[in-house]
Amino acid sequence: MTSPLDQKIRISGPVMVTANRVGDGAVVYRSADARWSTDLADAAVTSDAAVARELLKSAIDDDLNAVGSYIAPVKRTETGRFQPGNLRELIRWRGPSIVLPAGSSVPSLVLQN
Amino acid sequence: MYVYDAFDRTLVAERVAEFRDQVARRFSGELTEDEFKPLRLMNGVYLQLHAYMLRIAIPYGTLSSEQLRMLAHIARRYDRGYGHFTTRTNIQFHWIKLDELPAAMADLASVGMHGMQTSGNNVRNITTDQWAGVAPDEIEDPRIWAEVIRQHVTLHPEFSFMPRKFKICVGTSSHDRAALRIHDLALRMHRNDAGELGFEVMVGGGLGRTPYLAKTIKPFLHKRDLLSYVEAVLRTYNQFGRRDNVWKARIKILVHDLGPEAFAKEVETEWEAIKNGTLALDPAAVMEIAGRFIYPDYARLDDNPPELAEKRRGDRRFAAWLDNSVANHKAPGYAIVTLSLKPEGGTPGDCTAEQMDAIADLADRYSFGEIRVGHEQNMVMPHVAQRDLPAVWRALDEIGVAGGNIGLVSDIIACPGLDYCSLANARSIPIAQELTRRFRNIDLQRDLGRLHINISGCINACGHHHVGHIGILGVEKNGEEFYQITLGGKADEDAKLGTLIGPAVPYAQVADVVEDIAAAYLELRQRPDELFIDTVNRLGVEPFKERVYATR
Repeated sequence: MTSPLDQKIRISGPVMVTANRVGDGAVVYRSADARWSTDLADAAVTSDAAVARELLKSAIDDDLNAVGSYIAPVKRTETGRFQPGNLRELIRWRGPSIVLPAGSSVPSLVLQN
Repeated sequence: MYVYDAFDRTLVAERVAEFRDQVARRFSGELTEDEFKPLRLMNGVYLQLHAYMLRIAIPYGTLSSEQLRMLAHIARRYDRGYGHFTTRTNIQFHWIKLDELPAAMADLASVGMHGMQTSGNNVRNITTDQWAGVAPDEIEDPRIWAEVIRQHVTLHPEFSFMPRKFKICVGTSSHDRAALRIHDLALRMHRNDAGELGFEVMVGGGLGRTPYLAKTIKPFLHKRDLLSYVEAVLRTYNQFGRRDNVWKARIKILVHDLGPEAFAKEVETEWEAIKNGTLALDPAAVMEIAGRFIYPDYARLDDNPPELAEKRRGDRRFAAWLDNSVANHKAPGYAIVTLSLKPEGGTPGDCTAEQMDAIADLADRYSFGEIRVGHEQNMVMPHVAQRDLPAVWRALDEIGVAGGNIGLVSDIIACPGLDYCSLANARSIPIAQELTRRFRNIDLQRDLGRLHINISGCINACGHHHVGHIGILGVEKNGEEFYQITLGGKADEDAKLGTLIGPAVPYAQVADVVEDIAAAYLELRQRPDELFIDTVNRLGVEPFKERVYATR
């Protein structure tokens, strides 16, 4: 399989690097100090392709802790915080957009359409 | 029920030990993800949007109450309290943790269950009619033949690395409830002109981005030749199937490119060399496998006991359930009961641990401890005495699975879609949920009659949208969810692929569009008993298309 690093990185706005944690598959974000966090607020955000590439490289190298690293878009909200830049990432961040069966402790995101 | 022997138990236990070691090596760093991924996939462990997902095989859709209780335990102990039954009659747990998977697999192995061959380019779980062994129109129990094939292809080294996955379906009834013709290999039992039993062999069916219905390559195959012929098909595919392009690797592409006649010729050549070898089925060996299916000791009962008619007269909800969710059984005085996993506002195919436990208890009390799972994502209690139907209905109603909507517009097939799946482009479940709310009125549903809505969240078509009477396919356009609508598909003995009616519609309009299509049908049908699918076949999609796009 082709490594994401073999592909040309094209970005048109702010991005982050995200993956899934090895132990439980939880969604994690790569921080500027090369750690993983489940909190999007800890994610390193850049609009520079070279910086994004370095972030991705460091994430992929950390194979012991996270799986399937890739670059994903983010957008700045009115409050100045970042949130995922597309629906897929929004669902990864907040959980399924549906009400889950009773007893589940998963947060869910009821999207407005 | 099928009774597994020591060989099966050893095989599954060995796999658990092997996987436990592989997981430990992954955590220690001895195995990279690239090395570990094919190993976890061999055990049905995927990585989805939020977590790992464990897919567990339910061979030919048959579960014992003990197995269902174990699935409830897995849901409760290792997941988030529920599981999802799929269109392949498997179950998926969407929140499983890698470090707990070996323990979960050991628990599953204690009841003969596993995730082997629920992923990877091998022969997947073999499916059949969820009414196997009890359907009045059945020639023989198809599970016997599914089991013959299962035993042969399980961990078969020659068929563990094929060009792509391979799905086999076996049917033995006049009415196809198993969607035979959308499978890579479909085997339909029938009698030839001489009155002998055998199989029509169909190959190259499949949905996805290039949908095809399976083509008949052998109208009649004697039972003794089943395994050798299946082997010849698999070998031919293994030899000629494309490995250079994942989108062209399924057998359907090979059959289409070669043509069914040329493909059949290659199979025949291969088969001639092996048909009289060790794969020729010994009737005694088949009998031995058949003997492992234990059938209930049915009581001698009469059909239509008086308490049933009395209850029907007094309760409209019960009457609707009886009409739509209860079917005739081959044994007098018994019935086949379908449990609806399609409640209003619910996720098609989802079942909580509490429901699983309760269904297992009810199966012990009323269905000889046996439960089935069908490709339409519902469950079945296959052996219920008709006199027990009122009590069973009350008990099922208490746990929310006594919907009288089987086969009706709210009995929707849907894949997990973008809410869970890393392949999806759009959500399926919220669309299904909204449609069940729009059509919540059971009288409207009954007036609309048999109407299958199938929804997929991407072109891989796990929700079988191509063969829905109304098919809905989620696509992504400029970051937004849009949905293509097809009409006229069907998955039964007259299987047909649906026809696209026009441009995709945005997420927020899908339920309105389906309501418009349903309203158009009510106006266009010639008689109240002309089914939706028959109206579409008679008129084509044009009048529906006009209705949908007139104001959009």
